[in-house]
Amino acid sequence: MITIDSVIKTYGETTVVDAVSLELPDSGVTSIIGPNGAGKSTLLSIVSRILGADAGVVSVEGLDVFHSPSREVAKKLSILRQDQHTTARITVRELVEFGRYPHSHGRLTAECHAAVASALEYCDLADLVDRPIHQLSGGQRQRAYVAMVLAQDTRYVLLDEPLNNLDMVHATGLMRLLRSLADERGKSVVLVLHDINYASAYSDRIVAMRDAKVVVDGPPASVITPDALESVYGMPFRVHDLDGERVASYYR
Amino acid sequence: MRRREDLSRADARVASRTGGTTGAATPGAHLTQVEIPREPAAASALPHASQEPRERRLVVVFASLALLVVGAIALYLTWGVDGHWDFALPRRLEQVAALIVVGVAIAVSTVIFQTLTQNRILTPSIMGFDALYVLLATTLVFVLGSTVAESIDPLLMYAVNAGLMMGAATLLFRWVLGDGTRGLYTMVLVGVIAGTFFGSLTSFMFRVMDPNEFDTLMDQLFASFNAIDTTLLGISAVLLGVGIVAAYRLVPRLDVLVLGRERAITLGLDYDRTVTVLLLIVAGLVSVSTALVGPITFLGLLVANLAYQLTRTHRHVINLTAAGMLAVVALVLGQAVLVHVLHFAGTLASIINVVGGIYFIALLLKEARA
Repeated sequence: MITIDSVIKTYGETTVVDAVSLELPDSGVTSIIGPNGAGKSTLLSIVSRILGADAGVVSVEGLDVFHSPSREVAKKLSILRQDQHTTARITVRELVEFGRYPHSHGRLTAECHAAVASALEYCDLADLVDRPIHQLSGGQRQRAYVAMVLAQDTRYVLLDEPLNNLDMVHATGLMRLLRSLADERGKSVVLVLHDINYASAYSDRIVAMRDAKVVVDGPPASVITPDALESVYGMPFRVHDLDGERVASYYR
Repeated sequence: MRRREDLSRADARVASRTGGTTGAATPGAHLTQVEIPREPAAASALPHASQEPRERRLVVVFASLALLVVGAIALYLTWGVDGHWDFALPRRLEQVAALIVVGVAIAVSTVIFQTLTQNRILTPSIMGFDALYVLLATTLVFVLGSTVAESIDPLLMYAVNAGLMMGAATLLFRWVLGDGTRGLYTMVLVGVIAGTFFGSLTSFMFRVMDPNEFDTLMDQLFASFNAIDTTLLGISAVLLGVGIVAAYRLVPRLDVLVLGRERAITLGLDYDRTVTVLLLIVAGLVSVSTALVGPITFLGLLVANLAYQLTRTHRHVINLTAAGMLAVVALVLGQAVLVHVLHFAGTLASIINVVGGIYFIALLLKEARA
């Protein structure tokens, strides 16, 4: 379980995360939704210790993320952030092998090679292993980064807006992959999403943030409702039940 | 594919030119990369560069580099000796040793610095490391006078210099990166400003200094490979050795740093500590090369980028070694040309700058056209 206890983050006068306390489960898919600037990504960055908090404690299975050895935390928790430009030539295989760094410190063991091979296969990257990542399309590259996170083999997998810049084919493919990670490998997947309908279709739990606070928290059935969504986004929604899926409509 | 890569590289370059951070430019570069629709069929039609040819390529690259190193050194040792072996050889061997120490120090420090800053057109000199060295030497002569300054034990000078540079690097790092919200680029920017400030102070002292003292100072600052202090060479080699051993021990971490700060942290790298240690190594290596021959950091830019082009990998074991070998070749050949072709009409730094400048213009033109 990831425990977030009264975490505060401010930039000057602006409070971006305001005393948020939250417990993230040790399995299943949890989506964090909310309008721009609600503090979703900031919260995820703090949980993954990329960003320091001004106050509060985050612990992963009892390990304080800010004060425990970084390597130990990296064996429990991984995060996939927005694609970052890198100038280096790295092949898909080399990228995925980086995922083993917390376990191997750069010297790959037989277990590492097995984990890398399995991650590559799971993400359907077998044909691309020796291609430099800068030659890949957006969808392929996203899969490569997911494979790296898989190779890291952590119980908790955090993803910050993983669907950005993906078309619906790749977005759905990625969401299915993440769902199967939770179902087949017992991982806890926590992701920031902007598309509430993906959140509705794939999550076990949805956490909605607004103005630096958690305002709604519950299963899709209780969050994807006109009232709850309006309280989060401040605009009207209609919610339809289509073949058992709750679909929010807000385009007009 | 090629064009995309170049586009994004060009973006980063423009950003650093205009004083912006790559942090700001990256999202743009990223958007261009992802939004360009590309057909999977075209992508998979590309020849798959497999592991085998890459390894073979590296063998060829290193074999050629080794040949070049040996060839350049042999050429330098034997060119125009005219039978005076017992006079020429020891002197030239000493010069070659100095060239090797300087070349490797510059190459290794530049590759590390570029990995830290995730930018391939920066060198440690942008942080004002060598400006600090020049300022210190100038201040000593200015305050104490050249007679006293010259009587200071060179080893002591050296220790003070190296210590000051490494201390300044650590202080700067702790101060700027202390709270984790400001990036490495803020630090580089502070370094740029500090470097300019050091440079201004130095030139102010140059202007008000006694001309005779200025002469002495110039001799001291622009020490050449022809007048190497052997005591300094010995200690430099030792420092270089320590720096290199430390750098190669940190190679797995350097490799992870290629992915950027955030990914390095999520992979369990103790980022702040690692960067501090690496900057200390960079500062130490820059003081080694600057103390021996004065500032010629453009060489680092040249050999680091040549090395990346030749090796086509991110692995630091390979890039550090290749860049070091290239630097030795460039310096030894440059010195040979300086001595035998130009008959000392110029400096080694100017030769390196001309060749390096041409290479960079060629690189820019090629990327602009592609």
